[in-house]
Amino acid sequence: MSEVTFKILRYDPKTDKKPHVEQFKVPTKSGMTVLDGLYYIQEHLDGSLAFRSSCRAGVCGSCAMHINGTYRLACETQISALNSATIKVRPMAHLPVMKDLFVDMDPFWEKFKHIKPYLIPGDEPAEKERLQTTDERAHLDRIIDCILCGACFASCTVNNYDEEYLGPAALLKAQRFFSDSRDAAIEERMDLVDGEHGVWRCHTIFNCQEVCPKEIDITGSIAVLKRNMVANRWSPSLKKQ
Amino acid sequence: MRYHQVVVVGGGLAGLRAALELNKRNVKVAVVSKVHPLRSHSVEAQGGINASLGNHPRGSHDSPELHAFDTVKGSDYLADQKAALRLTEDAPKRVREMEHWGVPFSRTPDGKIAQRPFGGAGFPRTCFASDKTGHVLLHTLFEQCVKYEQASERGEMVIYDEQIVTGLVVDEGVCHGVIVWNFQTGEIDVIKSEAVIFATGGAGRIFGKTTNALVSTGLGMAIPYWGGVPIKDFEFVQFHPTTLFGTNILMTEGARGEGGFLLNNEGERFLANYDDSSKAMEVAPRDIVARNMTREIDEGRGFEDEYLHLDLRHLGREKILERLPGIRDLAMKFVHVDPIEAPIPVQPGMHYTMGGIDTDETGASRVPGFYAAGECGCVSVHGANRLGGNSMLETIVYGAIAGDSAAQFVLDGGSGKVPDEKIFDDAKNRELARLEGMFNGGNENPADIKDELESTMNRKCWVFREENTLQEGIEKIEELRERYKNITLNSSGLRLNFDLLWALELGGNLTMAEVMIKGAARRKESRGSQFRTDYPTRDDAKWLEHTLAYYAQDGPRFEASDVDLSIWEPKERKY
Ligand SMILES: Cc1cc2nc3c(=O)[nH]c(=O)nc-3n(C[C@H](O)[C@H](O)[C@H](O)COP(=O)(O)OP(=O)(O)OC[C@H]3O[C@@H](n4cnc5c(N)ncnc54)[C@H](O)[C@@H]3O)c2cc1C
Ligand code: SF4
Ligand code: FES
Repeated sequence: MSEVTFKILRYDPKTDKKPHVEQFKVPTKSGMTVLDGLYYIQEHLDGSLAFRSSCRAGVCGSCAMHINGTYRLACETQISALNSATIKVRPMAHLPVMKDLFVDMDPFWEKFKHIKPYLIPGDEPAEKERLQTTDERAHLDRIIDCILCGACFASCTVNNYDEEYLGPAALLKAQRFFSDSRDAAIEERMDLVDGEHGVWRCHTIFNCQEVCPKEIDITGSIAVLKRNMVANRWSPSLKKQ
Repeated sequence: MRYHQVVVVGGGLAGLRAALELNKRNVKVAVVSKVHPLRSHSVEAQGGINASLGNHPRGSHDSPELHAFDTVKGSDYLADQKAALRLTEDAPKRVREMEHWGVPFSRTPDGKIAQRPFGGAGFPRTCFASDKTGHVLLHTLFEQCVKYEQASERGEMVIYDEQIVTGLVVDEGVCHGVIVWNFQTGEIDVIKSEAVIFATGGAGRIFGKTTNALVSTGLGMAIPYWGGVPIKDFEFVQFHPTTLFGTNILMTEGARGEGGFLLNNEGERFLANYDDSSKAMEVAPRDIVARNMTREIDEGRGFEDEYLHLDLRHLGREKILERLPGIRDLAMKFVHVDPIEAPIPVQPGMHYTMGGIDTDETGASRVPGFYAAGECGCVSVHGANRLGGNSMLETIVYGAIAGDSAAQFVLDGGSGKVPDEKIFDDAKNRELARLEGMFNGGNENPADIKDELESTMNRKCWVFREENTLQEGIEKIEELRERYKNITLNSSGLRLNFDLLWALELGGNLTMAEVMIKGAARRKESRGSQFRTDYPTRDDAKWLEHTLAYYAQDGPRFEASDVDLSIWEPKERKY
């Protein structure tokens, strides 16, 4: 049985002055994931290690963290795929550490909530379902796959200097509703994503897109959002001139 | 101490749907969930949700009665028939309501909600959003909760996430609230309420080989059980035929619904060789397919004596990408197989607990003020075997029903009993003492007990059951129950202490495993998902009854209750 070394950035703001790296030797077996490794440490080496997980299948969004150079979901990252004897793990950036890999997600959720993340239809519901053509529905493919893991948010360099920036996930969610033939709150939501901390802050750096475990075209969606806002907002007035 | 008119424990589909119903009735509600609602197990559900919408040409004649009959027959006649009919009557309304709230269902060419075939129905009845139906349903319900949270000024809807309920406050047989461990701060607190609704989900993690999330443990059922609420029909466990070899991550039944084949190591569609599956083949009910797969593997026609092949290749690239993208993703990530090019290695795995907290058709338990809904509850609409696509349906139908009846109960003045304030302090102090006591144990590592429990259940309480092995399992679990008293924790304090959390979860798992395996040994017949090799047939004369397990210190005390058979007469279950 072979072995890898986990180097984990640990920090408990209640007791530690500053973060430090701790090392753990973990025996590996075929198919083992980084999440399995973290559990091995928690169960056998140090029960105080804190990290989130739930589905262990890459669908619930609990376990995004920085692993060997990039953001990934620990549960779907196989140790063998990293091709390295050391596994370096640290928590997501831009979110306050509560303990070790367990960060305070509230700032992320607040931004998500800001864009009114729910369908706002313009009509009373039909007696049966609202109709939507397969073409209209196709606009929602991929964009609805977002599991709100926060990896994009953590990777975004704009967040380094603008704490209030809404961030990729919230903007993507806004675009999700703009793309939905059933939603009618176009004006209202445009106001919410407008402004200096909104959609215009995106500098098209593509970090978010590179880390997204669902391979969503986030940057592209934000670009579409910008284009639509230009078309809806300014083109009419431009035309008037 | 916090106060809310109603506390809903659980932020999965059932919990959020119950909360929305309470909100609609202007009852102030708090949702307490140990993980953020979007991390609940519901988000993993893939294949779809049943409703007799009749949107598919082959199902245009569908009706709630047909759906209810399929449900009752699927249950091997252990479902309560009026409850099953209520499930299917409310289904179209509840599913369309989800669409109105924004669920991006896949669509038919004429723009209606698309439906696909699932086991146990002869035609397409399962509404879906590609293979991510649970994800979109849960995200949409959460979005609606955010809407109400934002609209409510006086705290009509509050969500407390990463707070764990560890006990009930029950006084003189009436439930007055819950004990909550705030995981992020380490505080132990009581939420006082007029009614409590449990929507804590299934208990798959009693087993090692399960499709369930890591957080789907027995604790959510054990808490009310310890508090005096009986557990119903817990011996009935659904084994899903197709789970990924290695991790037991689910490969949805939709994969077979869309036309996937199950093949043995001779490349043969072996289901044709068994009487009970030769007609419906891959879309025969789950219990039948899981048993025939197990036989095939046991008789040496599997791969590595462990798995079989789920072959999707003939569906073609386009259909796989359109209908089963999530399945493809999972197979590529976890077993490095692209289903477009190669078959997927699958084996049966524990999937669903049909049994659970005993409730009536209003979601109420025998303890006034205590309700349950969703997978943790047992009305029973699934009886001895649930049909695929019926459990998410149960979460939204019975979530709404439980919310509505708890609201009515509160608006009618509740239990009428005004508890002495002292009981809340007492409950809190007792809990603090109990948790602190867990730090002064002996020398058992809870992780070892957990591993032994899981392998015991995998081996002794699996697809095929038999007296001797069940008794061996019982002995082992009683031993583990004793060893659990001597566990040691190597992390102190109550704040963000996962060591303590997993130890609590393990306590719940041990309790519920004992209820399950003793129930399985007690029921000397084969019905639905429970197959006893020593009693291979259904025995209606003796066993057409619900099992009720009441908590007692030295193991469960069993009773029976009647099954509602008021609509259809039990017949042999044949497909
Ligand atoms: C992989 C998979 C795929 C499935 N696919 C389908 C499908 O296609 N169709 C279908 O109909 N069904 C499907 N099912 C079944 C279905 O997903 C579940 O039965 C259903 O989602 C359960 O929902 P729930 O709301 O009852 O519980 P859950 O979604 O499990 O939620 C439980 C909630 O309770 C909370 N909780 C638990 N204990 C505590 C506690 N002590 N304190 C505080 N909070 C607590 C958790 O945080 C969580 O929020 C599938 C199941 C699996 C495993
Ligand atoms: S867009 Fe991708 S990276 Fe960002 S939260 Fe959603 S799933 Fe995660
Ligand atoms: S545990 Fe759910 S995404 Fe990793």
